[in-house]
Parts: sequence; C-alpha cells; structure tokens
Amino acid sequence: MHELAICQALIGQVEQITLDNNAEKVTRIVVKIGPLSGAEAPLIERAYPMAAAGTIAENSLLVLETMPIRVRCKSCLAETEASANRLLCGECGDFHTELISGDEMLLAAIEFDKAN
Amino acid sequence: MCDTCGCNITSGNAHLVTNDGKLAQTPDGKSAVFVLKSLLTENDYQAIHNREHFDKNAVLAINLMSSPGSGKTALLEATIEALGDEFSIAVIEGDLETENDADRIRAKGVPAVQISTGSACHLDAYMVHDAVHKLDLETLDIVFIENVGNLVCPASFDLGQHRNVTLLSVTEGDDKPAKYPVIFRAADVVLQTKSDLLEVLDDFNPAKAEQCLRNLASEAPMLPLSARRNIEIDAWLTWLRDEVATQAERVAKHEVTKPAIQPDGAALHLAEKGQSA
Repeated sequence: MHELAICQALIGQVEQITLDNNAEKVTRIVVKIGPLSGAEAPLIERAYPMAAAGTIAENSLLVLETMPIRVRCKSCLAETEASANRLLCGECGDFHTELISGDEMLLAAIEFDKAN
Repeated sequence: MCDTCGCNITSGNAHLVTNDGKLAQTPDGKSAVFVLKSLLTENDYQAIHNREHFDKNAVLAINLMSSPGSGKTALLEATIEALGDEFSIAVIEGDLETENDADRIRAKGVPAVQISTGSACHLDAYMVHDAVHKLDLETLDIVFIENVGNLVCPASFDLGQHRNVTLLSVTEGDDKPAKYPVIFRAADVVLQTKSDLLEVLDDFNPAKAEQCLRNLASEAPMLPLSARRNIEIDAWLTWLRDEVATQAERVAKHEVTKPAIQPDGAALHLAEKGQSA
C-alpha cells in the first residue's frame, strides 16, 4: 500500500511543472504504468483524489495507461510480448531476456488551464 | 531519469514527445505538456545521495527483502558470527514497531539502528538516510539494510543500496517467485533459507523454485542455506566477500553500481548506464 506515497510524489511533480508553465489549474494528468512497476492501478486511482485534495490538481482527472510487458531476447534478439511471471522469449523460449517495457511508472502528460 | 539530457525518452515513449513537440494543444483548447518524468523521483534523488555516502566511505550496502519470518535477522546473526572478525558490519533494521531485531543484532556486538515505520510497509531512501547518519560509516565495511518483511512494496523503492538480496524460506512455497515477480526479479541473489526443513517439507521443490525464478529472466544465483543450523552458508559468505572486494575496486576507480534491476524500465536503466560509463 505505498500508492499514496507514489501519488504524493506525483502531485509534487505536477505542482512544479504547472508552476513552470504559468498555469493555474490542472485538469487532467496521464500516467503510464507497467504491471511490473510494483504499483497497482486501481489503488493509485483511489489514492489520487486524497493526494490531490487542497492542491492545484484538486478535482483533476487521472488517466492511467497500462504499458504492455515486452522482452528482448539476448540469444535470438526477438522482441516479444510476455507476462509478469513468465518473461521468456516468445520466439525461442530462452530466459536470457531483458525487459524493454512493462516496469515503468511515468508521468506522461499534464493538461491545464493557463493563466492569462 | 534525467530530465536535462533527455535520457528518460526511450523507444517506448518517444512518440509522445516527438509528434507535437514538447507542448501541444488539446481539442478543447487547453494546454498540455508532455513530461515523461519517472515517478518516485524525489526518493530516487535521495537514494543517489545515500549511495554517495556509502561510496565515499567504501561501504558495501546490501538491501535484504523477504516475507516476514523468512529468516532475515537469523541470516544476519549467522553472517555476523562468521564474518564479524573479518569485516566491520552495521545493520539498519526496518520494522513497523519494536526494537526487537536491533536488540538481537546488538547482542552480537554490532551497531544497529532501528527504524520504526509505524504503519508504512517499506523503507524509503529518506528513512535510510536518517539511519545512515546515526552510523559511523568511516569505520564500516558492510551495511545491511533489513527491509520491512513484505514481498510487495520494498521492491519499488531505491534506498541507495548496491545489491538486493531476496530470501525465500522453504516454508513459504516454491512458487513464490511466480506470485511476487517484482521483488524476485529485483534480486541480485536469492537465498533459499531454512533449507534444513526440506526433509520434513516434501511440498517444496527447490528445482521448481529455481525454475520460477528463471521464468522472470533472472540470472541471479539461488543459494540454499540454513542460518540457524549454520548449514551451507559458505556460498553466501563467498558471494558477500566477492561483493565487498568488488565494491572496494569500484570505489578506487570512482565507479558507482546499483542492483542489476531497477524498477524503472530497462531502457531507462541502459540509458543511465551508458551515461555513467
């Protein structure tokens, strides 16, 4: 249950970027999250309004985009889809793979009302 | 994870920033900014700072993660008994409440700082930083950070450690790596603890546990041991001696290392490595 801490970090970044862009109010933010990031999307959704309360992002819409799990095989170099507990190469089955997508947790975009 | 040089833009997310440039208008005329900042950044900066403390004093920092009751403190007791004369060791203990684990470590004659997290289920880099300043790092070779017993959250927070050690006790079930992929994927070494109980636990198959670990694309060694009975702990001690020696070499060359897997996208990790090389 560390999703609230993650949301607080998220709000901190959103506040700074909003300030940098001379905006007054955040209306929507987009977060990209992978299944191997260690954070659960439904829990982030529930924690977000609490973290946003009383900030520039209060009542903003949180959009979570799930990233696919993909691996690149070190043996045959194929890039294939995988699942969270089976990160094997989809072509040759080797376990010597590296994750190229699926463990990220990124603040991707912020939408706001600009000050005049 | 750097917003200055753009190394946080990867093949998976580049389209977001290249299509319309850094700023774009939404259909209803609102402004949008595409940022692609890794969350937990504040914690990550603190972790980098912690790692600098460790490296400056040529200390190896090891993060121990596992379920509650899998034998982290017992492992530390056995390790201190075996290596206490060879290395100067200190322990940072994370628990929700009590000083019990720190007391067990102090009874072995080693300094221990207890972090009581209250209801927090993991340690973060800030808590570890406070604890680090209660230790005399100059005199130390190894700092063990015993994370809160939890197979979920500790995996997401960089503390500034150099290596992650994940314990899997044979009483827990051999499919744990499949059930908790995030934490087992983060391990640089997996210790199969309480292995002396295997003879009475016929439902734990070490080969299956290792297969579950390999399915996570992990090449981490899996070492069976029993800390209580002092059985087969030599492979672990050898791994640890090698890590202390390697850390000393790195410090001499001003190189910095992190655990093999960082919870931040492999491409990001590669970009960072390329930058520091």
